[in-house]
Amino acid sequence: MNQINKFSLIAALCAFLSISSAARADDIQDANKLFKQGLHAQALEKVNGVLATKPKDAQARFLKGLIVTEQGDTANAIKIFTELTDDYPELPEPYNNLAVLYASQGQYEKAKVALEMAIRTHPSYATAHENLGDIYAKMASQAYDRALQLDKSNTGTQTKLAMIRDLFGSNGKNARTKPTVPTLADNAQAASAPAAAVTAPVIVATSTKKAEPTSDPAAEVLQATQAWAAAWSAKDSKKYLSLYAKEFKTPDGLSRSAWEAQRKERIAKPSSIRVEVRDTKIRVADDKHVNIAFKQSYRASHLSSTSSKALEWVKVDGQWLITEERSGN
Amino acid sequence: MSRLLLALLLTISAFPATAEPPSRDMELSLAKSLQAVRENRLDLALNEVDSLLKVNPNFKLAQLVKGDLLMARAKPISDFGAAPNAPRDRVQDLREEANARLQRVQQQQPIAVPKYLWQLSPKQRYAVVVDTSKSTLYLYENVKGEPRYVADFYISVGKKGADKSTEGDQKTPLGVYFVNEYLNKNKLTDFYGSGAYPLSYPNEWDKRLGRDGHGIWLHGTPSDTYSRPPLASNGCVVLSNDDLTHLGSHLQVGITPVIITKQIDWSDEADRGERDSLLQAIEQWRSDWASRDTEAYLAHYAEDFSTGSMKLAAFAQQKRLVNSGKTWIKVKVANLSVFPYPNQPDLVVVNFEQDYDSNNLSNHMNKRQYWMKKDGRWKIVYEGAA
Repeated sequence: MNQINKFSLIAALCAFLSISSAARADDIQDANKLFKQGLHAQALEKVNGVLATKPKDAQARFLKGLIVTEQGDTANAIKIFTELTDDYPELPEPYNNLAVLYASQGQYEKAKVALEMAIRTHPSYATAHENLGDIYAKMASQAYDRALQLDKSNTGTQTKLAMIRDLFGSNGKNARTKPTVPTLADNAQAASAPAAAVTAPVIVATSTKKAEPTSDPAAEVLQATQAWAAAWSAKDSKKYLSLYAKEFKTPDGLSRSAWEAQRKERIAKPSSIRVEVRDTKIRVADDKHVNIAFKQSYRASHLSSTSSKALEWVKVDGQWLITEERSGN
Repeated sequence: MSRLLLALLLTISAFPATAEPPSRDMELSLAKSLQAVRENRLDLALNEVDSLLKVNPNFKLAQLVKGDLLMARAKPISDFGAAPNAPRDRVQDLREEANARLQRVQQQQPIAVPKYLWQLSPKQRYAVVVDTSKSTLYLYENVKGEPRYVADFYISVGKKGADKSTEGDQKTPLGVYFVNEYLNKNKLTDFYGSGAYPLSYPNEWDKRLGRDGHGIWLHGTPSDTYSRPPLASNGCVVLSNDDLTHLGSHLQVGITPVIITKQIDWSDEADRGERDSLLQAIEQWRSDWASRDTEAYLAHYAEDFSTGSMKLAAFAQQKRLVNSGKTWIKVKVANLSVFPYPNQPDLVVVNFEQDYDSNNLSNHMNKRQYWMKKDGRWKIVYEGAA
């Protein structure tokens, strides 16, 4: 039909917020792990188990929506996410996923409406903005096809709709407050994993054979990334913002000053923040351009999340600076 | 985007309101959308174009505008028709349609009468005047002999424009024609849409000038196409299907004149003086014939007169012979219509029903004459049955 359902996966584990008992949270964690491992049937069974006792549970329903999506049951997935938007109209993720599903069916108008709802609830929600851009491009290319009778082979715009895998996961939504949010239940993982992980960057391509650690851009960027996480954790927004290059691509078309103000506010708001970087993967484009992808574990007084993140670094006057920051894909 | 459309847009003033053809709302809606683009109100522009596409999804120009408006949301665009890999000629076609339609919306409803309608016969309930440069077909109603504007329609003409002269030149002819026939859609392929009205090209004047070709029709559009670019046909005049059906309800086969001009001229004082002088000449011709003053009668025919293959000398000889056998002649002229020829100064097409009665012969016929003003005097250059 079309290429739109190439969901770019958000690889991060869901940092599920335990709203009720630890047992249920464990079940959901288990189901999520099974899902991540591709064991969809088992994951579904687990989730259905949770839903049998708690049919209204948002996260179980959300995960079930993802599982049946993966299983190809689009109609059921649409139903699940639609019901979630009915019950939790303030959450953008179900709208986003609904949009991805509609788009996969070529129902761009419905997809557009759903994304607009997601953005209405959370104006700075980057994934929805990106997806909406894709939807517009897709709709535009439909209109162009009709206007110019373009060949069907001319697929036009590439789309890369991201289905939100993580109900409360991606960075940038930290300012959102949920009334009933205690801290992360999964503290065993969060406490032990990061320290070990940061020390084991996967360095690819040219830099692997280089002997001098000081001139190794991969090592420098790893260090810079740790400094970035440290500044954030220290709630040192001045230092944090100083790591962003002048040409940094601000999200959602925000002006630099608006974006800085937003970051400052979000860094200032929680009473404590702890950001950890692990599973780093570094690609060295050249001596001055390096990309680092990693799993970011964010724990603040009001919210915890794990998401995947990528930073583009550029070396300007001997200083590594961030030109681009991407979450969740 | 907005700058480019700005170039397309002239100031849109009041939208004239009149007996609307079906396409009018479409066109106004499109103009409104483009106007909104000019004012950088892109949401409004998209709403407008969306609502018109709901009614008519095959309006390709509107689809292109919609494509641009959506694409502008996804990424900055710098050109009208920003479709990736778009065929530039088709985009250019649609740009020209946008131009033509905007100019149509802008222009005032005509208050004057085109100078091609000097006189309509009582049988001619309507008359059609096509302005190829404005991509517009005007419909006039005959109200007690006076043409009155009814409506106008966006049209497409030949790919190479107007003034057809040879077969296959992809031009639309300029001249005075009549609706010859009606072909309903069942007799046609989808390409011609809701129906077709073949015109009388080539007419007597075209043949005299050696112009050839055939099959110049008024017709509709394919079912997947709401309208075609201004220069699109092989010489036909193409209307949207709704418009063709609407127009068709006013056309009389064999009767309705279709006058095609490159640029419409409007009737004025001097023009009406010319008309009166021609009407007098026609009356003089009739009475000279009836009075059996053969030389006075023949003086109405021009040096270069011809009828079929017969030239003036042979014609005069025959008339002298015929008239010598008459003791009395009565000539009545009824249902006279008079149409100045476009793009050909001082040439007028005259049609009437001729009631001829004499001591040895009676005859009733539809006659057509082409009168031309030569050295200040109207003379007949062609005469024949219509």
